[in-house]
Amino acid sequence: MTDLLRRLARSPQGAIGGVIVVFVFLLAAFGPWLAPADPEAFNYTARFEGPGASFLLGTDQFGRDLFSRMLSGAPATIFMAVLSTLLGTLLGAFIGTASAYLGGRADEVIMRVVDAVMAIPSLLFALLIVTALGASSVNAFIAIGIAFAPGMSRVARSVALTVRKQDYVNAAIARGERASYIIAREMMPNVVAPIVVEATIRVAFAVMLLATLSFLGLGAQPPSAEWGLMVSESRDYLFRNPWMMIWPGLAIAMVAIGFNLLGDGLRDALNPKT
Amino acid sequence: MSLLYLVKRTGYILFTLLIVSVLVFFITQALPADAAQMLLGENATEDALAAVRERLGLDEPIPVQFWAWFSGLLAGDFGISLRTGLPVADMMFPALARSLLLAGFALLVLIVVAIPMGVLAALRRGKATDVGVSLLSYVGVSLPEFVTATLAVLVLASPEVGLFPSTGYVPLTEDFWDGLHHLALPVLTVSVILIAHVSRMVRSELVDVLHTDYIRAARLKGLSRRRVLWRHAVPNALLPTVTVIALDIGYLLGGIIVVEEIFAFPGIGRQLIVAIESRDLPAIQAGALIMAATYALANFLADLTYALLDRRIQYD
Repeated sequence: MTDLLRRLARSPQGAIGGVIVVFVFLLAAFGPWLAPADPEAFNYTARFEGPGASFLLGTDQFGRDLFSRMLSGAPATIFMAVLSTLLGTLLGAFIGTASAYLGGRADEVIMRVVDAVMAIPSLLFALLIVTALGASSVNAFIAIGIAFAPGMSRVARSVALTVRKQDYVNAAIARGERASYIIAREMMPNVVAPIVVEATIRVAFAVMLLATLSFLGLGAQPPSAEWGLMVSESRDYLFRNPWMMIWPGLAIAMVAIGFNLLGDGLRDALNPKT
Repeated sequence: MSLLYLVKRTGYILFTLLIVSVLVFFITQALPADAAQMLLGENATEDALAAVRERLGLDEPIPVQFWAWFSGLLAGDFGISLRTGLPVADMMFPALARSLLLAGFALLVLIVVAIPMGVLAALRRGKATDVGVSLLSYVGVSLPEFVTATLAVLVLASPEVGLFPSTGYVPLTEDFWDGLHHLALPVLTVSVILIAHVSRMVRSELVDVLHTDYIRAARLKGLSRRRVLWRHAVPNALLPTVTVIALDIGYLLGGIIVVEEIFAFPGIGRQLIVAIESRDLPAIQAGALIMAATYALANFLADLTYALLDRRIQYD
């Protein structure tokens, strides 16, 4: 584990991505407590302020402090994205491993259906689910989890199948190791790694998808300070105070960049040969 | 490529469309909306509502409703829009044509920009150019379309700059240059993520290809650097890229939904959003199905292209 961290830190992507992701998690965990002002307090004497001493990042159309809103909106974007990826990964890992384990006709049928579901673009799929469930951030989280499941199940299945056929697994069987040892020590580390890499990169995608759903009015609802929703609300005042759009836009991009870099860094660190 | 392969692939596509239509139908069935109420408005009497429900078959069991809808699809009948009262097909297919125009231009921009970017980065591997391209592509893949679009409007379409119109659509047949002018920002927005993704792919493939024995052999044979690059290395590096572009079309379709909504571009994505907002079930079903079908077809075409480009591939 420390070896992995050392290798991760040595690649520029891994190091920068790791730092950003740790920062982002701290922001999501403590952001709401650090907010200097009430993120929902109106202040009609200070509308559309630019960044300055009294309002660090400026204010919006109601005079709400953008800095406080950004901080209090962090968990809505970040934790929800991580949780929805987790949901998608668990669902996908279950479907994929079950399919690989069942094999034969059942495997064929499951994977054909998964292929068919993957013919629906993720955003469209999430859009349909959230429309059926009703617009809210919890439903957006469920929708993204379900939309990610088919893709993750493909990854999980192919990894499980290849690992099972590896020489080191056969060697362990030939040595007469116990099944629990083979699964825990030989197969698990090699199954988990590619799934973790895929999931990390998908968090970046989940952040963008979640923000997009909120932007389209199908995720978080006002007065939430979810970042995608903030960008959406800023559009009517784009030229009066561009900062209303710039901060949440930058923040979404930063989170996505962090997870993309970390995912690539992890992939390199876990495959030393390439 | 055998006839059998083509038949098999066509079979898979039909199966895919069947599954997608079942999914779309049942998801939209879960929508909390009463079609009869929507058609007649809030003041409708119970009798009138019951009559409409009977006419539309809304009282039938779900499987019967599905079959009525599905057999209609097979005959090219997508139903009647609850919002406008017009046939859904008449709304969706012209919108699809406009979206395909947008997507076509985006793919063109993608190919023209991403391939040279990737080649340049691969040739200058480890140098400042490579790092620059790599940084750009990380930023590119991390910007959701709605952020790119709003930024583009802020920078390029603000009242002071006003380089491009921020909304609207002008048919190319009506005024070619004005039409292009209106397409510029939507095309730019949807292509950013794709360019970032594909240029990275081209770079890594080309770096691998440049280290192969046949490239070294071509160099040692005395061929010029340029000839080796463009005749031997790049075509081989582009082969896997075809598949990536095909998979990215799914992404492009998602991006188009957002971009059309922001730029008020009257394509199928906007039709879909309007349909979702007004709970227009037949239109939602048709829009989702048409988009999924487009994606499935694009992947099929990409596989065929791949087989044509690389004669070594034998499908069976």
